[in-house]
Amino acid sequence: MDYPKDLLQQLYRMMVRIRLCEESFVEPILSREIHTPCHLYSGEEAVAVGLCSALSSTDYVFGNHRSHGHFLAKGGSMKAMMAEIYCRDSGCSRGRGGSMHLIAPDVGMLGSAPIVAGTISLAVGAALASSIRRDRRVAVSFFGDGAVGEGVFYESLNFAALKKLPVIFACENNLYATHMPVRECRVNRPIFRIAESFGIETCSVDGNDVLQVYEAGRKAVESCREDSGPVFMEFMTYRFRGHVGPDDNIQGTHTDIRPKEEITLWLAKDPIKRFEQYLTENKYMDEDGLQYVKNEVMAEVQEARMFAKNSPIPEREELTKYVFA
Amino acid sequence: MSLPRKLQYSLAINEALHQMMEKDEDVFLIGQGVKSPWYVGNTANDLLDRFGEARVVDTPVSENGITGAAVGAAIAGMKPVVIHPRMDFMFFAMDPIINEAANWFYMNGGRTSVPVVFWGIINRCGEQAAQHSQAIHGMFAHVPGLKVVMPATAYDAKGLMIAAIQDPNPVVFVDERMLYGLEEPVPKEMYSVEIGKGLIRREGKDATVVAVSLMVHEAVKAADILAAEGVEVEVIDLRTVKPLDRELILNSVKKTGRLVIADVGWQSFGISGEIAALVAERALDALKAPVVRVALPDCPAPASINLEKAYYPTAEDIVLAVGKLL
Repeated sequence: MDYPKDLLQQLYRMMVRIRLCEESFVEPILSREIHTPCHLYSGEEAVAVGLCSALSSTDYVFGNHRSHGHFLAKGGSMKAMMAEIYCRDSGCSRGRGGSMHLIAPDVGMLGSAPIVAGTISLAVGAALASSIRRDRRVAVSFFGDGAVGEGVFYESLNFAALKKLPVIFACENNLYATHMPVRECRVNRPIFRIAESFGIETCSVDGNDVLQVYEAGRKAVESCREDSGPVFMEFMTYRFRGHVGPDDNIQGTHTDIRPKEEITLWLAKDPIKRFEQYLTENKYMDEDGLQYVKNEVMAEVQEARMFAKNSPIPEREELTKYVFA
Repeated sequence: MSLPRKLQYSLAINEALHQMMEKDEDVFLIGQGVKSPWYVGNTANDLLDRFGEARVVDTPVSENGITGAAVGAAIAGMKPVVIHPRMDFMFFAMDPIINEAANWFYMNGGRTSVPVVFWGIINRCGEQAAQHSQAIHGMFAHVPGLKVVMPATAYDAKGLMIAAIQDPNPVVFVDERMLYGLEEPVPKEMYSVEIGKGLIRREGKDATVVAVSLMVHEAVKAADILAAEGVEVEVIDLRTVKPLDRELILNSVKKTGRLVIADVGWQSFGISGEIAALVAERALDALKAPVVRVALPDCPAPASINLEKAYYPTAEDIVLAVGKLL
């Protein structure tokens, strides 16, 4: 497949933006400069970037607790996100939401929330809105493998299939629901098979291969725009960090029981390294070009962090500013 | 001059839906049984024929998913009305109602409001027992980010439904099946009843009865009975549970010095306790006697009609309650 160089560079830059942004939180979390619970997206970048690149800015995305990547990939401002994670008044949620409530309605990032599976039905509703208005927008629901244990997941699949709603169910299977391996949560059958039984078009995708994600995403978006009903996509991926924060074990909860060999195996499948290899081997970019992007992004991350740290904190007097009842 | 047009309480809701769906293409009705009078009475009459299946969406039995879909559609800019033909079914939908809709505006720093109406019908009596009779308005009123309205009259049923749909934030609209047959004057034109404003249904100087929904009618009956004995009772119809019309209640209590609260929900930890606390905090000096509450006993709804009679308070209980204060 031949891709325009611009697109490939955009995919790469966005993955690097997410990675460097996430990694920039490690030190401030450990030093307690950041308190809000951060569920870092390092390792899963190809999923958000590949799929969101197949969307337009008027399409909708709902995220979950681990949505820094979804927010950035959908076009949210890094400064606004950084300021929210520092719980500042200049944050995207005015310091009322923190890391788990990221929103950018102007670019279709309609929100994220940490009640597991809680936003799946919301994405179905956004797709219902699109279907009533016939405005051809597509809604994407990002959720993890843990969410398929919730009843609302099944209700949402059924209703979306029944009404042929333009929604993409994007299951990021990182093999763990917090501390719990997926094999302890359900019998050993692929998750995407669940959606098949609702009459939904399904696919399983290597979530660490950004081009595969992008390609599958484009097909899914096209199918939704043609009123062919929902698509269920299972992305096999892995988080490089703890469930919450940089490392559950360093931080004292000792809940990360993932085998070292497993972690090593997945680190070798780093989606950014894999894409770098593709870009250099196919001569889309050279080592200097990659480094140039990283330097630029690092400067952007540092600027965003300074913006956040220098932003005012919400005033005590404004505790109830957004209360109406 | 011709007599004012009369309309059933349920058809007043129906008229509100017709007028709002006609006026605003973003309004739609969704929920279990919108095609079936067995579920929703005549409140959805002719909506399907007029507005089609895209905007009158009958659904499978999936309260959580469907309510969440309504919330998501509202976040995307629509104005959904999601119906729960029995309030009891709303427990399945507490997550989208409370965790998502109620919190959404605040937790996102006011970036997106959620203009959704959660419509729940109370189905008391009829030997329907514990899971088909509950009134859980007090639970919703407890949550920051939800408005709760409870029309007692046909006029308010129409006006509050219109106000609820027009409100930019989530509103829980709680009606009462027992009132569906009530025929009262209802203007044909579109109007709204302000959310957050109660009304004095009957003026009096000896005691205040603050009532809600069906209990407003019982309170008025009680006031009639007491009037024959020379006791003048002031009846307040809350109309909106939250935001509570505090000034209306306080002014009345300051005038009468006596307070009875008549609720359709359970007594403990509900709205009657909240109103009593309000008066204790801000008008204690005005009270000439303790506050008395007339509400459901702390007991699940029974089936047997004989037990139902013991369970649901009536005008007689309000008469007795006022009698205690004098």
